[in-house]
Amino acid sequence: MADKVITEEEFIDELESGMTIGVGGWGSRRKPMSLVRSIIRSGITDLTVVSYGGPEIGLLSTTGQLKKAVYGFVSLDSIPLEPHFRVARQTGAIEAIEFDEGAFYLGLLAASHRVPFYPTRAGLGSDMMAMNPELRTVVSPYPGPDGGEGETLVAIPAFDIDLSIIHMNRADAGGNGQFLGPDLYFDDLFAMAAKRTFMSCEKVIPTQEFLNEGSVHTLKIPRIFVDGVIEAPMGAHFTECPPDYGRDENFQKLYAETAKNQELWDSFNQKYLQANSHEEYLAAVNSGEQNE
Amino acid sequence: MKRADICVAAIADCFRDEADILCNPIGISPIIGGRLAKATFSPDVVMTDAVSVLATNPLPLNDPSAERTIEAYAPYRTIFDIVWSGRRHVMMGATQIDQYGNQNIAAIGDYKKPKAQLLGLRGSPGNLINHRTSYWVPSHSQRSFVSEVDIVSGPGYDRMRTLGKPDNRFHDVHRVVSNLGVFDFETSDNRMRIRSIHPGVEVGEAIENTSFELVIPEDIAQTRVPTEDELRIMDLIDPRGMRYQEVPE
Repeated sequence: MADKVITEEEFIDELESGMTIGVGGWGSRRKPMSLVRSIIRSGITDLTVVSYGGPEIGLLSTTGQLKKAVYGFVSLDSIPLEPHFRVARQTGAIEAIEFDEGAFYLGLLAASHRVPFYPTRAGLGSDMMAMNPELRTVVSPYPGPDGGEGETLVAIPAFDIDLSIIHMNRADAGGNGQFLGPDLYFDDLFAMAAKRTFMSCEKVIPTQEFLNEGSVHTLKIPRIFVDGVIEAPMGAHFTECPPDYGRDENFQKLYAETAKNQELWDSFNQKYLQANSHEEYLAAVNSGEQNE
Repeated sequence: MKRADICVAAIADCFRDEADILCNPIGISPIIGGRLAKATFSPDVVMTDAVSVLATNPLPLNDPSAERTIEAYAPYRTIFDIVWSGRRHVMMGATQIDQYGNQNIAAIGDYKKPKAQLLGLRGSPGNLINHRTSYWVPSHSQRSFVSEVDIVSGPGYDRMRTLGKPDNRFHDVHRVVSNLGVFDFETSDNRMRIRSIHPGVEVGEAIENTSFELVIPEDIAQTRVPTEDELRIMDLIDPRGMRYQEVPE
């Protein structure tokens, strides 16, 4: 089994301006935040992010690196609307491609299965169609399951993702990933849908230790879909990563406040986002807590 | 007995006579009302713990440490599968709602550069076209009951008439509950009708606070008041009284 463990710097070498990046997790839950900060540090621009959006969309909007967001929603969960995303939308700073939450899943699934689209009823009659003038409908060649004829369905196009990033509780050096929390979300599809996938994890463990902490059902990321593994303890901070840790609500509030005030953002950016490594970031977070 | 208690019972009544569906209310009073219905007259609906499982016992609001009797695993992917299966009745909020039940939770102003970005479309488009939907509007005013919504996140009956059969066959906007009354669309042209007015509210108050013309039945019913047993269960589900903050007296 090839060893796929790489450093943050090696991950940064994989990044290019203009990329479309898929980001796993959900809202403010198990987001690959150390890799998001690596993207910020890399300085690449003109990015498209595809995600069940959380702070990655807010952060990359405010750093000016995000050109386009493709999403089912953008939320911090305990703060229902991502405040930096709100600013970006109301100032017209980013292009937004918004899908119904379930329809978004089908864009990932279509990309994973290498088909051009999956059909769904979601969107018919709503302004999702007007908001996305490139969306097309198809007429079913079959009668519906209940005998309906000539049914029209929305064709959700496969997302074209260059590179996905996901964060797992555990991984082995070969690139197998394990989630130990309540929900995988759609991380397996992000890994399958992208041309290349990089996975951070709380801890790299020997393969034979996977079943010590979770049942076989938690082994949902097979290594054939993973190109690199980056060990990053607390790598999802400030989003939640149960059972390893919950959301850092105080830090999230601090982050949310920076959407209201340029000075607060500048000092947040300097202290946390410009840290030269994940270790430096964690040290800054710890010293911030001690100052409180 | 407070207005909020009456609203919660009215919300619970939206799920009366339902069984073998996911009862999926979103928001404070809807969750209390849905859990009340399940604990009393609709025991055969299933409900989530708002995280990732279906739990049989009535859970207290926002209490992640509460004991759960787990009957099934329901991560988000399964929720979407259930939406598409049709075995679900969702109750959502509506920043704006119009006479045909078009809902907006997406944004105020032009979508491209909104004056105010709201939650977004979220799951509304898929919900409305696949299964029964009800709405909860805690603050009934001309700003929420509008003549035209800025963006249609959840389509109403006029949009569905345009869409036509068979594509519209699963659409079903069931009830709208506000702090003033209960409304339905059981009219020949599916315009919003007063179903009942809450005790202590004048009909005129509902009419004045609505930007469009409500259909008014000849005899206007009064919303029922909850029983002692229902009030006791509401307190178990909502021990901190969050419903009273959502609907002040």
